[in-house]
Amino acid sequence: MKFTAFHLMSYPNLPSDFTERYRSVWVDIPRALYDPQLGHRIYNEYLDQLELADRLGFDGIGVNEHHQNAYGLMPSPNIMAAALARRTRHASLVVLGNSIALYNPPIRVAEEFAMLDVISGGRLVAGFPVGTAMDTNYCYGEIPATLREKYREAHDLIIRAWTENDIFSFNGKYNKLRYVNLWPKPLQRPHPPVWIPGGGSIETWDFCAEHDYQYSFLSFFGYVAAKKVADGYWETMARKGKPLNPYSMAFAQGVVVAPTDQEAERDFAPHADYFYNRCLHIHPNFADAPGYRTLNSIRAALQSGLPVKLKQHYSWKDLVDDGIIIAGSPRTVRERLREAMKSLNCGHLITGIHMGSMPPELVRQNAELFAREVMPYLRDMWSEWEDKWSPHPLPESERAEPAPVDFRRPGLEHNRIISATPWRPAK
Amino acid sequence: MKFTWFHLMPYRFLPDDFKDKYRSVWVDIPRHLYDPRLGHQLYNEYLDQLEFADRMGFDGLGVNEHHQNAYGLMPSPNIMAAALARRTRRANLVVLGNSIALYHPPIRVAEEFAMLDVLSGGRLVAGFPVGTSMDTNFCYGEVPATLREKYHEAHDLIVKAWTEERVFAFNGKFTKLRYVNLWPKPLQRPHPPIWIPGGGSLETWDFCADHGYQYSFLSYFGYKAGKKVADGYWGVMAKKNKPLNPYSLGFAQVVAVAETDQQAERDYSPHMDYFYNRCLHVYDGFADAPGYRTLTTIKAGFLGQVGARAALRREGLKWKDFLDGGYVIAGSPRTVRDRLRDALTSLNCGHLMVLIQLGSMPPELVRKSTELFAREVMPFLRDLWNEWEDKWSPHPLTENERAIPASLDDSSTETNGRYNSALAGENRPAK
Amino acid sequence: MRAQHQIGGGRWQVELELCGSGDPLLYLHGAGGLLGVDPFLAELSKDFKVIAPHLPGYGESTGGELVEDVVDACLFYHQLLDDLGIASTNVIGHSMGGMLAAELAALDVHRVKKLVLVSPAGFWLEQHPIPDPFAMDLPELAAHLFHDPKSPLAQMFTTIPSDPQQLADMYVERTKRLTQASRFLWPIPDRGLKKRAWRIAAPTLLVWGESDRLIPPVYAGEFASRIRNCRSVTIKHAGHMVMYEQPEEFVRIVRDFLKG
Repeated sequence: MKFTAFHLMSYPNLPSDFTERYRSVWVDIPRALYDPQLGHRIYNEYLDQLELADRLGFDGIGVNEHHQNAYGLMPSPNIMAAALARRTRHASLVVLGNSIALYNPPIRVAEEFAMLDVISGGRLVAGFPVGTAMDTNYCYGEIPATLREKYREAHDLIIRAWTENDIFSFNGKYNKLRYVNLWPKPLQRPHPPVWIPGGGSIETWDFCAEHDYQYSFLSFFGYVAAKKVADGYWETMARKGKPLNPYSMAFAQGVVVAPTDQEAERDFAPHADYFYNRCLHIHPNFADAPGYRTLNSIRAALQSGLPVKLKQHYSWKDLVDDGIIIAGSPRTVRERLREAMKSLNCGHLITGIHMGSMPPELVRQNAELFAREVMPYLRDMWSEWEDKWSPHPLPESERAEPAPVDFRRPGLEHNRIISATPWRPAK
Repeated sequence: MKFTWFHLMPYRFLPDDFKDKYRSVWVDIPRHLYDPRLGHQLYNEYLDQLEFADRMGFDGLGVNEHHQNAYGLMPSPNIMAAALARRTRRANLVVLGNSIALYHPPIRVAEEFAMLDVLSGGRLVAGFPVGTSMDTNFCYGEVPATLREKYHEAHDLIVKAWTEERVFAFNGKFTKLRYVNLWPKPLQRPHPPIWIPGGGSLETWDFCADHGYQYSFLSYFGYKAGKKVADGYWGVMAKKNKPLNPYSLGFAQVVAVAETDQQAERDYSPHMDYFYNRCLHVYDGFADAPGYRTLTTIKAGFLGQVGARAALRREGLKWKDFLDGGYVIAGSPRTVRDRLRDALTSLNCGHLMVLIQLGSMPPELVRKSTELFAREVMPFLRDLWNEWEDKWSPHPLTENERAIPASLDDSSTETNGRYNSALAGENRPAK
Repeated sequence: MRAQHQIGGGRWQVELELCGSGDPLLYLHGAGGLLGVDPFLAELSKDFKVIAPHLPGYGESTGGELVEDVVDACLFYHQLLDDLGIASTNVIGHSMGGMLAAELAALDVHRVKKLVLVSPAGFWLEQHPIPDPFAMDLPELAAHLFHDPKSPLAQMFTTIPSDPQQLADMYVERTKRLTQASRFLWPIPDRGLKKRAWRIAAPTLLVWGESDRLIPPVYAGEFASRIRNCRSVTIKHAGHMVMYEQPEEFVRIVRDFLKG
């Protein structure tokens, strides 16, 4: 079993009357609510937290791409992965991912991921989501009717740019490039593992199965509700005669750990409330765009009677009872998580160590308890399967060691001493 | 006087017969020449150098964007600036810059620069180059005829995205967006200082003068050849009644410092040769696509940076010629001080971008040159232009307002250190 | 009368309303498509041979994926007219259809005899941005489309069927239509008509509902200033769906213009 500590980098300071006053946390949320000075503090706090996760022994640290919103403040997750690359040593950099249809031409993704793979010594996981309707259609103005076709073309171009040995020309419908010739190329051969984050589109299952990509189901509604999607995925895999290797699926599950179940509720309930009720306050008409989902996916959703609308409000009890989050003492969490991963047949757990408005000390406690008291007890799961979807970094001995940096110990700054003797022109 | 330690991040390991065997270092350079394992060492070595420059007191750390080449290995300089943000404390992150016409839609630049500005506590300089013809027309397939129009539209959108307080719609010719609403927005208000790197296009001078942007002249011909361009720029500024503030001009100069002039030649000469003859070995057909430079600039007789004519001019140059021609300022600290003072005075330049790592130069030489420059040259030039106000450097948060990244030293954290999975294995629950 | 036609050697199967006789009159619907109850067409068919095709991707018309931009759409209409043996025709276009009608008239000045643009899309004024119809739910949309959102017509428009199968069908059809419309209107309904409008030679009538809250009447001025032979009429007590809201007056004005 593998564990990725994931961060959405939510804005923690939305006002308490946010949902009454504003229609959406995404797309048209007022800019005035963002305080860049607080933004500076939280970016650094959040990166500290991911770096801690590396030291605590998580297998991966995860970031992702969203635009114009307070739910997740990373228009470019690559920037964050870059900031982490030389301040972490072990964990994979799980970028989940770049909405590749939003990079025109998409060789930019091939280039940036190659840079990250090379800097980090081959620790990159390359995620290719389509991106939400909010991000792609509303924020980035992509025409819904052509988004998925563009996505496919971008995917084909990126993979070719990574794998072809010679320069080539690409005459796509959306991209025309006479000289494609990636410098640098990625360190992992033939390319970094590709994970496809999805929200339940059925076409994505076929796509993953056909390309042997890992399918990352990113849901905020927990393992109970996710069962249907996981079953759909595994059915597709079975139909195509693919092995039902648990590592070919990742699942995002909210998990919070405290010394006791009572403390979990006391400590985390307000932050879960903040996340589920403010960070997910998305204007329903931004959540979908005509053509964003395929007609097949819409028909499937209508038939299976999935709730089209989210609940108006989520209480702690709703969240825990429905498995939307798994919370409690290490013992409680271990047991439920084992049950969850088993029921989904999932080998890669993606779990947010931070949720909504959690302060750093609580994040630290959560991450430490998870790493010490939960993770080791689940490690044995799926040990009979081979994980083909984790990166293959250089061995430690071949990896560059960044020169030490210690901000608390001024040592090498010579300029101040020297500036004390100002230059005087010769007489 | 301000100093930015600028890195191109070249590939150091091109073969000796590179120039004879291959037609170009850019666009169609064979992919097999790039070894990602060496690439890994190089990126980390180069980032170490930039971090060292921060500790040595340089005002800025410079990175820039180039594609499909061995001259400069940063398709995204933002990745490098991000890697530096939390491993440096003082120096500005001078991203020189993003070729904004290559980002569709260009709000991506507004977003990434905003992220970097917020992350670094307001240390960002935002550079907006058009980009070379190799990068824009050949690697990224931009139609030369519309490149500059696209560039201007991208600029307008980015600046509006940074400064407009409300959601707005943008109906451009190349970019159409209904909801532009930047989250996060940059820390510096109204936005990070904008520097416009140019290679000598006349239109760029007007553009800088009209917007109050700093003009960064990036040339590898050195300060003597740069004089003509600088004079052209100051002429435009004078004509438009703008103050001739030296800080409104940045200039890139190759500099190499050693114990003595002779030692400098011994140390650095082979690496200059590598730079000028391998890194700048650009096929003439890629140097200047028809329509890339405007007719005005071509008529004014300014020479392109690369291509056959530029190469011809450098053909057969030896160490002494590089020094005499001003391509390179090299020697003992005293020599470098004097020549740099001359150069900066003659150009009226307040922002020097020092190119210290060049071509195949190995880390120990880079360290020596950097350290000597910081100790023995920089302090002696600091007084230049004291009478002028530098309006083009970032305005970061004060030190005590800035977040200090947590220590990575396990022993200093309250955790018991990294939980390694071997140990975890022993800790499996009883069956 | 509803008809199905093979167009362009089988590239498209087109569903169209075909009624009346006389001078041909091509009607290009808006983003919502034909509603199924379009009385003004029946009324116009008393004087004209009305041809109202569903744009590929709408209703039963197939081949939406072949109509990806303005040029594709114009070529489709040319092919339709060719296959129906119509050399030149009057054209009415509403909203998105108005934009396409104007493009058709600009690309081939000989094909269009007279042109009626009803609340057409196609331009964008910084000072008067057109609201985003794609991000509206039905009541919100009705408030932008109708002079009186409480009118029975508007109510009919916003009614959601209670039968789950009907609801699903409606939802899928609506998605299909708006997906196709997004090719012309997303994210901003400007596909460069301003570069080509000067070519329009057909006498042109602009019709606007006075309380159009989707494409405000100020846009009439923009069209009038760019089309040579153009006049403009505003109809009271009507919004963006003017031909549904005030059918008699609409038909009278259009008939007079086309006959005059």
